[in-house]
Amino acid sequence: MGGYLLRRGVVGLALAFCAVFLTYCLTALTFDPLAALRSRTPPVPPSVIAAKSAELHLDQPVPQRFLTWFLAVVHGDLGRTNSGTAIDAEILDRIGVSLRLFVLGSAIGILLGILVGVLGATRQYRFSDHVGTLVSFVLLSTPVFLSATLLKYAAIELNQAVGHNVLLFTGEYEPTVSGGFWPHAVDRLQHLVLPTLSIAAAQIALYSRYQRNAMLDVLGSDFLRTAAAKGLTRNQAIRRHGLRVAVLPIVTMLVFSSGLMIVGGVITESVFTWNGMGRWLIDGIATQDTTIVTTVTLFVAVVVLLCGTVSDLLYAALDPRVREVR
Amino acid sequence: MRSRRARIGLTVLILVYLWTFLSPLVAAWDWSAKDLSAFLEPPGGSHWWGTTQTGEDVYAQSMRGLQRSLSTGLLAGPLATVIAAVVGSLAGYFGGWTDRILMWGTDLLLVVPAFVLVAIASPALNGGSFLWLVLVMAGLVWMITARVVRSMARELRERPFVQAARYTGMGPLSIIYRHVLPNTASILIIDATISMASVVLLESALSYFGFGVQSPDVSLGTLIRDGTRTLAYPWLFLPPSLLLIGAVLVVNYTGDGLRDALDPGSERARRVTGS
Repeated sequence: MGGYLLRRGVVGLALAFCAVFLTYCLTALTFDPLAALRSRTPPVPPSVIAAKSAELHLDQPVPQRFLTWFLAVVHGDLGRTNSGTAIDAEILDRIGVSLRLFVLGSAIGILLGILVGVLGATRQYRFSDHVGTLVSFVLLSTPVFLSATLLKYAAIELNQAVGHNVLLFTGEYEPTVSGGFWPHAVDRLQHLVLPTLSIAAAQIALYSRYQRNAMLDVLGSDFLRTAAAKGLTRNQAIRRHGLRVAVLPIVTMLVFSSGLMIVGGVITESVFTWNGMGRWLIDGIATQDTTIVTTVTLFVAVVVLLCGTVSDLLYAALDPRVREVR
Repeated sequence: MRSRRARIGLTVLILVYLWTFLSPLVAAWDWSAKDLSAFLEPPGGSHWWGTTQTGEDVYAQSMRGLQRSLSTGLLAGPLATVIAAVVGSLAGYFGGWTDRILMWGTDLLLVVPAFVLVAIASPALNGGSFLWLVLVMAGLVWMITARVVRSMARELRERPFVQAARYTGMGPLSIIYRHVLPNTASILIIDATISMASVVLLESALSYFGFGVQSPDVSLGTLIRDGTRTLAYPWLFLPPSLLLIGAVLVVNYTGDGLRDALDPGSERARRVTGS
């Protein structure tokens, strides 16, 4: 297992390096960070543009810029954005914002998804199963930017119906809230509900479909019949033996879902104006900022690779057969 | 086609797609026309679904957007499946370094966020060519299918009929074409529909953020973006939203029906993506 992890780590690091290298070089070649400056009215004097160009090292060849940036990153300095703010000063806050959304959203998504899937499978073709299938199909056919916007629309209607703002949808918190711990906590919660819901909805739908299929396979298996033969009731057999096997496909799904979370994160953060990594990516592209885009790519690569490793470890923990092979 | 559901889904899809072309013959307004006597009118009258802030007809624009979205999906979905089939079967059949290099490329594309890739490709996209958009979309959704095809090809390589073909002196490329790919065909057909759904979703998301279809042309994504600037006029964003959900739903429904018909009892977990 240790050797396997080490090998995986080395491959993962190489992959992350390639991703970052490619992103840096390709964005540096295609982005035009001076475009905004050049199109400003009244026109900016050429000397100012030349100074900015020199400040951003645009006169140097791209590989050299990458090397300078990369060596600084290895020493813990992630560089500066086009406007001159240090990435280091901002990145921790933004990672915190994104992870809060990711972790909460996927925890709710996985738990509810498994629950809905298992219930659907044990009650196959009953009314509740059909409703679950229909809802998850509709959710899977709805892009996140749309479900997020529709949630926002619903929240406006709800707030009007109730008469005051119950659910809030701009930013992570209100800077004007005063008072002690409780008002702040309530304020954060009011902001948290909608984005978490929008990121969790697609995951609930996705996981419940997989889980329903996996559970149906398990329900027809011999080992559950054996468990019933030795005197367990059906529910006991499902809880003690069935669930553990049926959850396995979900664990493999973690890798793919990390991609889903990141895309969902980019969109959710933008719709609800959360200042996380995802919105940074959109901002970075809008301002043609190579450093921001590369930083976010690095973050995404690390998250995807970590999720892959965690899912392998979990798989081994749940399925003894895999442990022995490795 | 044995599956009733696939047949229904496919029929609805084809009829709706045809309607987006026929609709301009019937409707009173063109999608690019501006009615300067009707701004922000609610549905009714000659503007069936109302008008926008600049007097554009919401119905005609929605139909145009739907046509754009479906065209992108119909072209890019199958194209992505072809890419996946070629990369996956080559990697799986040859193994060794071919496999390693191809899978590295695949993983790399999975790790770099789609938005970054589109931002890099956007100078080409801003040129306005629709085919570029199709190529970029196909290039963004083939990776997971390629991994599935690869594992199937690895398994098929060891089967007796493939080995027999090898002993008769058949070249590896014709073995892949004659024996490996036909045996992954059912998965590929199902995946083409799923990729179609992914492409439609991705295209609308990218257009929503201004990376996909560029104005003056419209897609469902740009219509939803423009319609949701303020949420006060539901007729601006509800029609394109419902059409988008409906279109993807029909594609997914067809794919599900095809799966039941072509791939019975498969333990392959259902891959249905959303973005």
